[in-house]
Amino acid sequence: MYEQFKARAEGVSAEVYRLGTKAEAVDFVVGFLKREGVADTPKRYALWADSPLLAEIDRAQLQDIAGLKFEVSRQLAAEARFGISQMEWALADTGTLVQDSTAVEQRLVSSLTDIHIALVPTAGLLPDMPALLARLTPENSGYISMITGASRTADIERVLTIGVHGPERLIIVFVDDMGGTH
Amino acid sequence: MECDFKESIQKALQDANLTGALGKFSEAYKINRTKAYEGIDFEALRGKIAEIKSYAASNLDQLSDLFQQNAEARGATVFRTNDPAKVREYIARVARENGVKSVVKSKSMATEEIHLNPHLEKEGISVAETDLGEWIIQLAGQTPSHMVMPAIHMTKEEVADLFSKEVDERLAADIPRLVKVARNELRPRFLEADMGISGGNIAVAETGSIVLMTNEGNARLVTSLPRIHVVLVGIEKLVATYADIAPILKALPKSATAQQLTSYVSIITGATPNTDGTMKDLHIILMDNRRTEMANDPKFKQALQCIRCASCLNVCPIFRLVGGHVFGKVYTGGIGTILTAWFDELKKSEDIQGLCIQCGSCKDVCPGKIDIPELIMEIRRRLVQEQGLPLIQKTIYSVVNNRKLFHGMLRAASIASRPLSSGGFLRHLPLFLAELTDGRSLPAIAAEPFRDRFKKIVQPESKEKIAFYAGCLIDFAYPEMGEALIRILNKAGFQVVFPDEQTCCGAPARYNGAYEVAAHNAVDNIKALLQKDVAHIISACPTCTVAMQHEFISTFESLGQTEWLPQARELSEKTIDFSTLVTKLVEEGRLSLKEGTTLGAVTYHDSCHLKRTLHATEQPRELLQKAGYELREMPECDTCCGMGGSYSLKLPEISAPILQRKMKNIRTTGAATVAMDCPGCVMQIRGGFDQNGGDVQVKHTLELLEEQLA
Repeated sequence: MYEQFKARAEGVSAEVYRLGTKAEAVDFVVGFLKREGVADTPKRYALWADSPLLAEIDRAQLQDIAGLKFEVSRQLAAEARFGISQMEWALADTGTLVQDSTAVEQRLVSSLTDIHIALVPTAGLLPDMPALLARLTPENSGYISMITGASRTADIERVLTIGVHGPERLIIVFVDDMGGTH
Repeated sequence: MECDFKESIQKALQDANLTGALGKFSEAYKINRTKAYEGIDFEALRGKIAEIKSYAASNLDQLSDLFQQNAEARGATVFRTNDPAKVREYIARVARENGVKSVVKSKSMATEEIHLNPHLEKEGISVAETDLGEWIIQLAGQTPSHMVMPAIHMTKEEVADLFSKEVDERLAADIPRLVKVARNELRPRFLEADMGISGGNIAVAETGSIVLMTNEGNARLVTSLPRIHVVLVGIEKLVATYADIAPILKALPKSATAQQLTSYVSIITGATPNTDGTMKDLHIILMDNRRTEMANDPKFKQALQCIRCASCLNVCPIFRLVGGHVFGKVYTGGIGTILTAWFDELKKSEDIQGLCIQCGSCKDVCPGKIDIPELIMEIRRRLVQEQGLPLIQKTIYSVVNNRKLFHGMLRAASIASRPLSSGGFLRHLPLFLAELTDGRSLPAIAAEPFRDRFKKIVQPESKEKIAFYAGCLIDFAYPEMGEALIRILNKAGFQVVFPDEQTCCGAPARYNGAYEVAAHNAVDNIKALLQKDVAHIISACPTCTVAMQHEFISTFESLGQTEWLPQARELSEKTIDFSTLVTKLVEEGRLSLKEGTTLGAVTYHDSCHLKRTLHATEQPRELLQKAGYELREMPECDTCCGMGGSYSLKLPEISAPILQRKMKNIRTTGAATVAMDCPGCVMQIRGGFDQNGGDVQVKHTLELLEEQLA
């Protein structure tokens, strides 16, 4: 399922990685943010929305990264370049990530930022939509978000253009040893 | 036909940007759509969707109640009304009571349907469309020309001009840069808006959920940032259960834009927290606006199965020439014609329903399994019922309804037009008919119709009889096709009978909404064709075959006439088209094709009725190949040739460019001959090549096969 997911997601300009451990995932995120110029100035912030992963790792190495913040507000999100969140599920047949984002902060970091980094437990891979709908229902989730690739449009002359209102890059990191909420 | 309607067609046809963009898109769309559906059983999928939506259409009240109950239990306010004016008032009131100054909208056809924006603007509220295409046309002061791609008619240069004015800076026509401008301009609008207005792709009764699909990400912002969210959905968007959304989520993006899934899907159930910790003020408006009435109409109920993918626009040979604006201000294309007739008024569809050439392409791809061409025919029928036929048509049909008079006039026309015809074509028609031959020669009417020639044909006696239904074109324009057909059937051991009382199949009347005339034709033909004991009734014209196999029955049913239904069914059972019958006879060993001959290259044109109603696509191809022809497929082999019976006479300005495109596609194969199974298509395409180089031979399949069959 991972290979199918990767092919589908890359087909819609997502970047897909797979790592063994949570520690490796944190290293990846830190490395990525530094390479891409995270800084404590507007338009350079990185916002990490509350996620189960944050509780399970040693956050010390994250403390001294300038511009990386864990409180998410609309003002900060509007000025952030990076948004990091945990997505619970991944649908192999369409390359789609899914999350219960009833908490609006989860949406802010994945909608107002330029680059969205999504951490996904490999165990959250599902074959398709019906498999998801059997597991994630509106009874418990007021706002379910599905994300497939980067924000796109073809409204001008049918030319595909990436990054309209949502992120122009979607970085997907599967983590094998990450426990999901399910 | 209204003068300004004809003018709007002319304007669209002359708009090179529009026809260029739509033409290119429609070519790519067909290929990409096929790719998107690879490995998926489309028939099963659309069967499921039709079932889900049809169930909902039968239970609109009950599902609306359930939706309201569930959404309100989760903190939403649900407002239900039949009246667009009440929707506008409701939204304006919510805005007033909450001191709303600015609104951001994500794309919603329902708000277009009720012309919401001007109403809010009159209240002093600023409204920003945030879907890029919608924003472009909002800035341009236009209306959407396509349901999914509202600004497809505009060039990047035009967009650059609009945006330049907006940001007060000269912008180049660089698309990625223009998209960034839109992002930067609209971002503050999202952040400052007090109210977000969205439509809904699906409304789930069981859970009270709204499903929203977008690619740009604007719907996520519209539903997350402002403290008030108003959803406007037509009640046809209701489905019963949460599981019902899966097939729609699967088909809609594939059919709309050939995507596996839109970039973003949001499923919103009840009020959720705002960014300041308060709860969202969520209003959901379930709008009827004649949808219940539609659900109660046995014919039109199926139109509620539409999921608004616009694939009927994308495959329509007319839409790609004229675009959406010719259709009106809101819903466009095939389904748009139907929705306009209902949500606006029947009268409004009077002109646009005439744009449909009845090729059936849309019916093949509709994920809601709606028989769009049939519903457009029903609109025609009702218009004729309400307003009567135009005088000229009334005169024509009173003639067609009297076989002796009709055939007598055709004979007279043959004599009258003789001085004008050269080489079997009418070069010029007298007076007002002249423009009808523009770009295409019409065949001369035969000096001796088939019905007279038949009497002189000597056939070997046989106990096995087949009745031949000639149809007007073979009878009066191409009698040689009828003669060739008889020779072929004689070789198979049949004796052909030709019931003299047969008359027009009624298709021209039916396609113009004159069902009473078509029913009269049907009765005459049933009487004529069922009088002798025959194995089959064969026609070499797919339109006539479809009339006898399907339309006699449906015409009687539409009119509620039952007297001739059993006989119509009997006739239907016996009727068969040329290629299907010959294939059967070859399989049975009654006919064989001479082997070992090489006859050169042909390309094959699929006639609309043969492919999409009779489903005979492989038979003629296999026969031609077995006969020794090399088959070279052309692009868009199954796209209409633009004939459409009287369509080419009523809308020659549309028919002509469709024919040009067909000829261009034929020429790309380099084949010297194009084969087809329909004398109507022969008339159109042969006439086209006669006026444009005459470099390609146009033949009915039976003409190419006759010599090779033994």
